[in-house]
Amino acid sequence: MEEIITLDYGSGGKKTARLIETLLVPAFSNPALDSLSDGAILEGDARLAFSTDSFVVDPVFFPGGDIGKLAVCGTVNDLAVCGAEPKYLSLALILEEGLPLTELERVIASVKQAAEKAHVQIVTGDTKVVEKGRGDRLYINTAGIGFVRYPGLSSRSIRAGDAVLVSGTVGDHGTAVMLARSGMMEGELCSDCAALNGLCAALLSSGAAVRVLRDPTRGGVATTLNEFVEGTALGIVLEEDRIPVRPQVRAACELLGLDPLYCANEGKLLAVVGASDADRALAAMRETGEGRDAALIGIVSGDCPGRVVMQTAFGGRRILQKLSGAQLPRIC
Amino acid sequence: MPWDKKRTQALLAKIGETVPGKIRLMEVCGTHTMAIARAGIKTMLPDEIRLLSGPGCPVCVTPPQAIDACLELSTQSGVILASYGDMLRVPGSRAGDSLLRRRALGARIETVYSPVDAVELALKNPERQVVFLGVGFETTAPGTAAAVLTAKEKGAHNFTLWSMLKRVEPALRALIRMEDFAVDGFLCPGHVASILGAEGFAFLPAEYGLPAVVAGFEPEDILCAVSRLVKQIAEKHPRLENEYTRAVSQKGNRLAQNMMERCFEPRGDRWRGLGTIADSGLKLRPELEDFDAEKRFQIRYDGAETKTPCRCGEVITGRLRPEDCPLFGKRCTPEDPVGPCMVSSEGACAAAWKYADMRE
Repeated sequence: MEEIITLDYGSGGKKTARLIETLLVPAFSNPALDSLSDGAILEGDARLAFSTDSFVVDPVFFPGGDIGKLAVCGTVNDLAVCGAEPKYLSLALILEEGLPLTELERVIASVKQAAEKAHVQIVTGDTKVVEKGRGDRLYINTAGIGFVRYPGLSSRSIRAGDAVLVSGTVGDHGTAVMLARSGMMEGELCSDCAALNGLCAALLSSGAAVRVLRDPTRGGVATTLNEFVEGTALGIVLEEDRIPVRPQVRAACELLGLDPLYCANEGKLLAVVGASDADRALAAMRETGEGRDAALIGIVSGDCPGRVVMQTAFGGRRILQKLSGAQLPRIC
Repeated sequence: MPWDKKRTQALLAKIGETVPGKIRLMEVCGTHTMAIARAGIKTMLPDEIRLLSGPGCPVCVTPPQAIDACLELSTQSGVILASYGDMLRVPGSRAGDSLLRRRALGARIETVYSPVDAVELALKNPERQVVFLGVGFETTAPGTAAAVLTAKEKGAHNFTLWSMLKRVEPALRALIRMEDFAVDGFLCPGHVASILGAEGFAFLPAEYGLPAVVAGFEPEDILCAVSRLVKQIAEKHPRLENEYTRAVSQKGNRLAQNMMERCFEPRGDRWRGLGTIADSGLKLRPELEDFDAEKRFQIRYDGAETKTPCRCGEVITGRLRPEDCPLFGKRCTPEDPVGPCMVSSEGACAAAWKYADMRE
C-alpha cells in the first residue's frame, strides 16, 4: 500500500522522527543540521543559533494565547534552549481567502506584544494568500537568529546521577487547545504559551552545571526525555508524584483520554543539571515568573540504558515510551 | 493522586500471604487493562498471579470484516462517518488501511466524543448522510439509544446508527466454553456493572463456579478486587462480590436498562477471536429501522474472515500475552499496526507497549 502523509507525521512523535531521519537529514546532511537540536549552531565570526518553526494551530485563538503569540514564543524558545540570546525573527504569513482583516490585526498585535516582551525584533517577512478552502484561516512561519551565549549544551553531556528538572506544570497547552477545539469546558484552563529566554538565561547564569535544555512541545515531556537518552548507555527514572500537573489538566485528560506527559507544552523547560547543582538550578528557575513551579522530577541512571522509567505514584514501575501517532480521545 | 501507601502495602502483603499457588485472573474491561498497566500493578503482585486481558476492549472485539465494511462505506459519496477516535487507527484486513488513511485520502470522517454529537453533525449537514459507528458494550448502549431517540425527535432523518454494540455476558459464556479456557477468576467491569447491576455477573460463580469481583478503576480498587479473588480461590468458595459499591448497585441502572430495551434487541453477532455468538449483539428494533445504517446502506459482512497474520483474536481471549505475539513491537507497532489491540486506547497490546512492564 502506498505510504501517504497522515496527521501522525506531524505529531512530533515517532513518525515525525522517521520523516526527519529517513528523508530530510540524508538529503541535507551537514554538521549544523545533524545535531538535530531545536536550533542549528552556526560557526563563524559570531556564534549564531538559527531555527525555524511553522504554526498551524486550530483554533487560532485559544485560552492563554493565539497563533501569533505562539509563533513568536515557539521560535524564541527553540533558540533559548540552544543557550542563545534570541535577537531577530522573520514572519511569513499564509492567509486563506476570506479571513476577516480584524482577525489578522488581532494576531499581528499579539505578535508585536510577544516580540516586545521577548526582546526580539521582526526584521523580515512575507505574505501569501491561498484560495478559499486551500488553507485554514492562517498559518505562520517564523525563523529566528540568536547569539550563542552558553555554548556546549547537548544531551550527549548527560551523566549518571544528573537531576532532571521541569520548570512548571505539564500538559497545559495541549489540553487547553484540545478543550477549546472540542467546545467543552473552558475557563480556568489556559495554555502556558510563553517565551522562555528569561528563564533559560536565569538558569544558565546561575552557575549550575547545565547539561541540556529543551522545551517539550509536541510529543510532550515523555517524548523529549526519551530523545535525551535513546541510543545511549543512560536512562532516566521519573517519579510520577513529583511531576507537577494542574488538577484541571488531569481532569480534562481523564475526560479526553489523554496523558499530560504526552501533551504539548509551549512555555515549559526541561533541564538536566549536575546532581549537586539541582537546588541552585531550581532556585534560579523559581525566581522567574515562568519557573515558579519548577520541580525535580527524576534522575539520570545507568540502570535502564536508553529508557525512561516511571516510578508510579501507586508504587509500580513502567517504561515511558515516546509518543506514537497523535493522542486520540478514548471510547468509554 | 495521594495513595495511601500503607493501605497498599497491607493489601499486597495480604495477597502475598493468601495466594495458594499459580493463578490466572482475567479483567474484561479495557479501562481496567489500561489502569493496571498505567499504575504498574503487574510489577507489584507476586509472581504467582498472572493478570490476563479478556474481550473487554470494544474496538478490539469488532471483527475485521466489520472494519473492512466501515472502510468501504467511508468512500461512498455524500457519507460522513462519525466515530470515536479509537476506531480511526484500526487496520482492516489489508495492512496499512484504516479510516485515518481513508480520511487523509479525502473521506469525511469526523471524530465525536458522544453519539449525540453525531446527531448534531447530521442536523448541521442536512445534504449528507451521517453514519455513527456505534461500538461498545452495555456501558455505551444507553447513550447510543438516547442519540437515536434524539435523532427521531429532531427529525434528523439523515442520521443512521451502525450498531456494532455488544453484550458482555454471552461473550464470557463463549469464552468459558472454549477448550483451552484457563482462568481462575474474573475482575468484572465496573462500568458495565453500573448499568446491569452486580447481579449481571452472578452467573459466573452460580453456573461455572468461577470467582467474580466487580471492581472500580483506581489502582487501589483493582488491588482490592485482586485480593478478594485470591481469597475466594484460596478458600475454594467462589462467589460474586462487589468492590465498586460507590457506583454499582445490585440491580444496576433501571433507567439505562429501559432505554436500551426500548431501542435494541439481541441478535447473533460476530466477535474477533470468538466467532459468532448467539444473542451477543444489539440491533435496533424494527420500529427504529429508519435509523439503521445496515438497512439504509445494505451493509453485510457475513463472509469468511480474511486470513491475516494478526493474532489479536488470541490476545483478547487471554490465550496469548501481547509480549508473546511474534508481531508485537516488530511488525506491529502503534505507528504501523497489524491489529486493533495495538491501537485502541483500551487495547491490551497498546497498554503493554505504552506502559511496558518493567518485569519483561
